[in-house]
Amino acid sequence: MSDKILMKGNEAIAEAAIIAGCRHYFGYPITPQTEIAAYMAKKMPKIGGTFLQAESEIAAINMVYGVASAGKRVMTSSSSPGVSLKGEGLSYLAGSDLPSLIVNVQRGGPGLGGIQPSQSDYFQSTRGGGHGDYHMIVLAPASVQEMAELTVKGFELADTYRMTSMILADGTMGQMMEPVSLDIDVKPAPEKPWATTGTQMAREHNIVNSLSLVPEELEELNFKRYDRYKVIEENETMFEEYKVEDADIVLAAFGIAARVSKNAVDEARKMGIKAGLIRPITLWPFPKAPFKAAAEHAKAFISVELNMGQMIEDVILATESKCPVTLCNRAGGMIPDPKQVLNSIIEINGGAK
Amino acid sequence: MAVVFDKPHALCDVPLHYCPGCTHGIVHRLVAEVIDELGIEGKTIGIAPVGCSVMAYNYFNCDMIEAAHGRAPAVATGVKRADPENHIVFTYQGDGDLASIGMAETVHAAARNENITVIFINNAIYGMTGGQMAPTSLVGQVTQTSPYGRDPKACGYPIKVCEMLSELVGPEYLERVTVNSVKNIRTAKKAIKKAFQNQIDGKGFSLVEVVSSCPTNWGMTPKQALDWIDSDMLPYYPLGVYKDRSAEQKEAE
Amino acid sequence: MAKLTFKTDNCKGCSLCVYACPKGILQIATDKINKKGHHPAECIDMEKCIGCASCAMMCPDCIIKVER
Repeated sequence: MSDKILMKGNEAIAEAAIIAGCRHYFGYPITPQTEIAAYMAKKMPKIGGTFLQAESEIAAINMVYGVASAGKRVMTSSSSPGVSLKGEGLSYLAGSDLPSLIVNVQRGGPGLGGIQPSQSDYFQSTRGGGHGDYHMIVLAPASVQEMAELTVKGFELADTYRMTSMILADGTMGQMMEPVSLDIDVKPAPEKPWATTGTQMAREHNIVNSLSLVPEELEELNFKRYDRYKVIEENETMFEEYKVEDADIVLAAFGIAARVSKNAVDEARKMGIKAGLIRPITLWPFPKAPFKAAAEHAKAFISVELNMGQMIEDVILATESKCPVTLCNRAGGMIPDPKQVLNSIIEINGGAK
Repeated sequence: MAVVFDKPHALCDVPLHYCPGCTHGIVHRLVAEVIDELGIEGKTIGIAPVGCSVMAYNYFNCDMIEAAHGRAPAVATGVKRADPENHIVFTYQGDGDLASIGMAETVHAAARNENITVIFINNAIYGMTGGQMAPTSLVGQVTQTSPYGRDPKACGYPIKVCEMLSELVGPEYLERVTVNSVKNIRTAKKAIKKAFQNQIDGKGFSLVEVVSSCPTNWGMTPKQALDWIDSDMLPYYPLGVYKDRSAEQKEAE
Repeated sequence: MAKLTFKTDNCKGCSLCVYACPKGILQIATDKINKKGHHPAECIDMEKCIGCASCAMMCPDCIIKVER
């Protein structure tokens, strides 16, 4: 057991990335994630790494594309409006099957929105974020410890499956301080024979490319990519269940909403209501199985979100409409408090027993 | 008999998809010749743009990356910084890519004096999409999207990239050349070679603007197009070195 | 004494080599059609070729090999 140190969520991400072997960071300042860039700006020059403040989010993600093409672990971070700008690059990374890590410390939107915590980029993240058929692996930490661990995991998954991993956090997760252990095992990066590192006149040239003008070939590429996605769905789905086994009312929540929901579950239990919580850790792939299983015994589901109701659609799909699913939410940078969640539980339970 | 001219090794032995008489092929060959002569094919990584030369990745024997429209300098920055000692990185971009959608990436790579080589093809038109107005289309030039001729009142004036970038402190070397004659091709090759040599020597951002032709979308024969470069393009886009920091410093010493 | 070899099937018949030749010994063979459907360039008097490689330098498709 290693010593724990007190860290901000954003700093934990940055330090974990370095632990994972990432030596290239490109970003553009935006609240509430700028600590990641500041941390990297301090650290990278001292360990032979690259920190570069790009001219825009668009440039930053394309610098990521360049380093990823050259086969090295690389990341960028941003917040909601900045991630929209990166959408083009995310699509190209997917189309070229390049591994990379992107962090979205979400803030309220749409547009310039606000700078307070939000989960309103759920659709954008879990559906890909840019044009075309593709996914990212979307990881939703609910503690500073998880911010660190999922960052390392994100790099590993990205390399294994040659795709982008996204850490989908929010302003609270980024700013909060918690004790964290940085004693995290890191799997070494796999060989990348496809990388453009120079032929050394010893092999055919490698081409990193997302253009494919023959529709039959492009279709085949999409099919293959989705075969890979199926493997990820089978092997990499992560979630936490809390008092679900006998629950009548099952909450669905990730990130900060899950922490609030856990409190509400405990309060409800004290009142005699059998409440439980499923916390998806991978938002894509979405953990369908525990929802399907819980729908066999639950009376109702409540999706607790910091948005106008986005994950709720996946909960409805996963429960196959066997139970009613309602929404308990705040938006625009507001966070539901445990009381609001508890009231939702009581209401859907038909009152306290 | 000795071979005095043949396809350079760095150019793939495949037919190019360009229209008859398009000078992209000449510039491709010059880049490949320079890569051969400097012996850097094994460590060179090229970045292809979006536009007519999007498939340049099929034409160079070195490792190649296809970038999003305009983003080649940012991608090149990433590739270069991934291994600055061992990567020679060049971008090959057209006028729409470099001077319109990718202007920010171009200017900032130059401002950072990013140690990369940029080959910029200025043919004053969007070729791949069928001949629309480019940021470098001349005043009065008829294109699909300026059917009555480019009107500066409505769409401003063509951008002189070398002149504009030369105002920056950052870049090492900026030169405008053309390839419309054997003599000019020789000069162009020298400039391209210097732009790569600068990178090898760690001097920084080197851009060679090549005033090129687009016979198809200009509605001319290949020969007429080369003549139009002389008569119409070069008066607005004068050839020459716009910045050469090392030479300037030497002179100052 | 010089020799030109044309990779005729890659020729697009653009004529730039014809204009570049200082000896005027290149032409577009209007009686021939290559695989791509173009009239290819050809040398009509190899004896006069000085091997200056101007044609090859102007050729956008790199189809001319020059020996001297």
